[in-house]
Amino acid sequence: MSAPHPVSAALSPQKPHWQFPWVWRITVFYLLVMLAVPIAALLSRASSAGPLHFWQVATRAIALSAYEVTFVTALIAALINGVFGTLIAWVLVRYSFPGKRFFDAVVDLPFALPTAVAGLTLATVYSENGWLGRLLAPLGIRIAFTRWGVAVAMLFISLPFVIRTVQPVLTEMEKDVEEAAWSLGATHGQTFWRVILPPLLPAILTGVALGFSRAVGEFGSIVIISSNTPFRDLIAAVLVFQSLEQYDYEAATIIGTVMLLVSLGILFLINLLQTWGRRYAER
Amino acid sequence: MRSAKPSPTQEKPWLHVLLIVVALGYLTLVLLIPVANVLFQAFHRGVMPFLENLLAPDFLHALWLTFALALVVVPLNTVFGLCAAWAIARHRFPGRTLLLSIIDLPFSISPVVAGLMLVLVYGRNGWFGGWLQALDIRVMFSFPGMVLATAFVSLPFVVREVIPVLEEIGTEQEEAAKTLGANEWQTFWRVTLPNIRWGLLYGVLLTNARAMGEFGAVAVVSGNVAGLTQTLPLFVEDAYKNYNTESAYAAAVILALLALVTLVVKEILERKTGIKPNP
Repeated sequence: MSAPHPVSAALSPQKPHWQFPWVWRITVFYLLVMLAVPIAALLSRASSAGPLHFWQVATRAIALSAYEVTFVTALIAALINGVFGTLIAWVLVRYSFPGKRFFDAVVDLPFALPTAVAGLTLATVYSENGWLGRLLAPLGIRIAFTRWGVAVAMLFISLPFVIRTVQPVLTEMEKDVEEAAWSLGATHGQTFWRVILPPLLPAILTGVALGFSRAVGEFGSIVIISSNTPFRDLIAAVLVFQSLEQYDYEAATIIGTVMLLVSLGILFLINLLQTWGRRYAER
Repeated sequence: MRSAKPSPTQEKPWLHVLLIVVALGYLTLVLLIPVANVLFQAFHRGVMPFLENLLAPDFLHALWLTFALALVVVPLNTVFGLCAAWAIARHRFPGRTLLLSIIDLPFSISPVVAGLMLVLVYGRNGWFGGWLQALDIRVMFSFPGMVLATAFVSLPFVVREVIPVLEEIGTEQEEAAKTLGANEWQTFWRVTLPNIRWGLLYGVLLTNARAMGEFGAVAVVSGNVAGLTQTLPLFVEDAYKNYNTESAYAAAVILALLALVTLVVKEILERKTGIKPNP
């Protein structure tokens, strides 16, 4: 790619920038070093184990229980945030109340607050003599250092996703469709289920999937609030970390690869959801 | 119910109040109480013990290291982000969507797995391990590895914020500048950069917040040695695990302030870029 003549470059509007090869070089080189090489290293190390051995390590009892704690808890947290996130988005878009702008701004806190701080404060607040744990302790509910703690941390870090995916759709949504349904005699419930919810669904599900993906990979807050006991509240990310600490690179690599493949699967699902959402918007 | 129907928006005010109370109640329990607790725990014994905690040498080193990491990582990812955003926004080529998805990968890969990948490349038994040892270069358990881990997790922010702005402004002004005889650099500095500055700042802000707050990936590659390879988030966890709750909270407040400043600047930038309309 030699530099074309300056005049001809100015006169060719469709490809005016090809004389900037170093921009491409920086982009490609950075992506290779930062992303491609590390991912390739993980996959090649994982595949060197051989399929049978890979399967054995990936499905050890301790790993299976870690997947279960991770994926099931993350799904529950993501679904709870699906319901409450939709409600919060609705309240923030449709109603006005004192402090609305403050509440709208704090929704993003879990994105900005380092996860170690989230884990530390959640572990304190929900411990047996913490502000909220104290209220639950007489009922026999312990949250910090149990699987409930894992769920609370996942709720915290995946909170903004659904709110932020639903808000723009709600803002765009015309009120007159609701008004029309209403004037045709639909009840509140019917209006919600048949008129309001369907166009929101792709956005809600995208938010749930994004939150789930984030919760599955979360480490910092959970390692602090969980007791990290195998078969009780040990998550997959912590298992990878512990394997590395014990220099068991093979187990770390194989379980890490399982996590990577799951993340790629979720990513694919999110892309499908977003395509579906766009089609909905075009109708 | 069907006679003289008021509009649903004026209907049942108690329902609105109930929905608002439930929504804000949830936000309070999950978000506001834990965040308020950070401030309370750090200052409930007064300001003096808090300040004493801030003068501990390990804390000061962690603070310095956190800033140093951000100082290296943010410019790296900004330069890359500008290049990649420009390459993607200004060209149509096969695999463009795939490239965008690849750039987003760090958001969906668990930070621990990201750290593990780096260990497998640069660690003693990693791909480049022997080669690095021969040259006597330490990457793992030292600053370069921490830079790589931090850059990995915060890689997509600038690209994602700049692409939409670049697509929105179009190429007309750039073309005009070129026709008037400006060279590439002049066009970039005088035309493109002023146009994308708010989007770029927004991306830089998010990159910085993530870089200073990253825990998992850095914990894997750093070895987490107090006073040597311990950043503020690692310091928080380490202090808490060693029952130094007070110093854990002193450091946590500093990180929480970083988050608050990030949010405030974010609000300002969102108004400037028109993501959020001025109320």
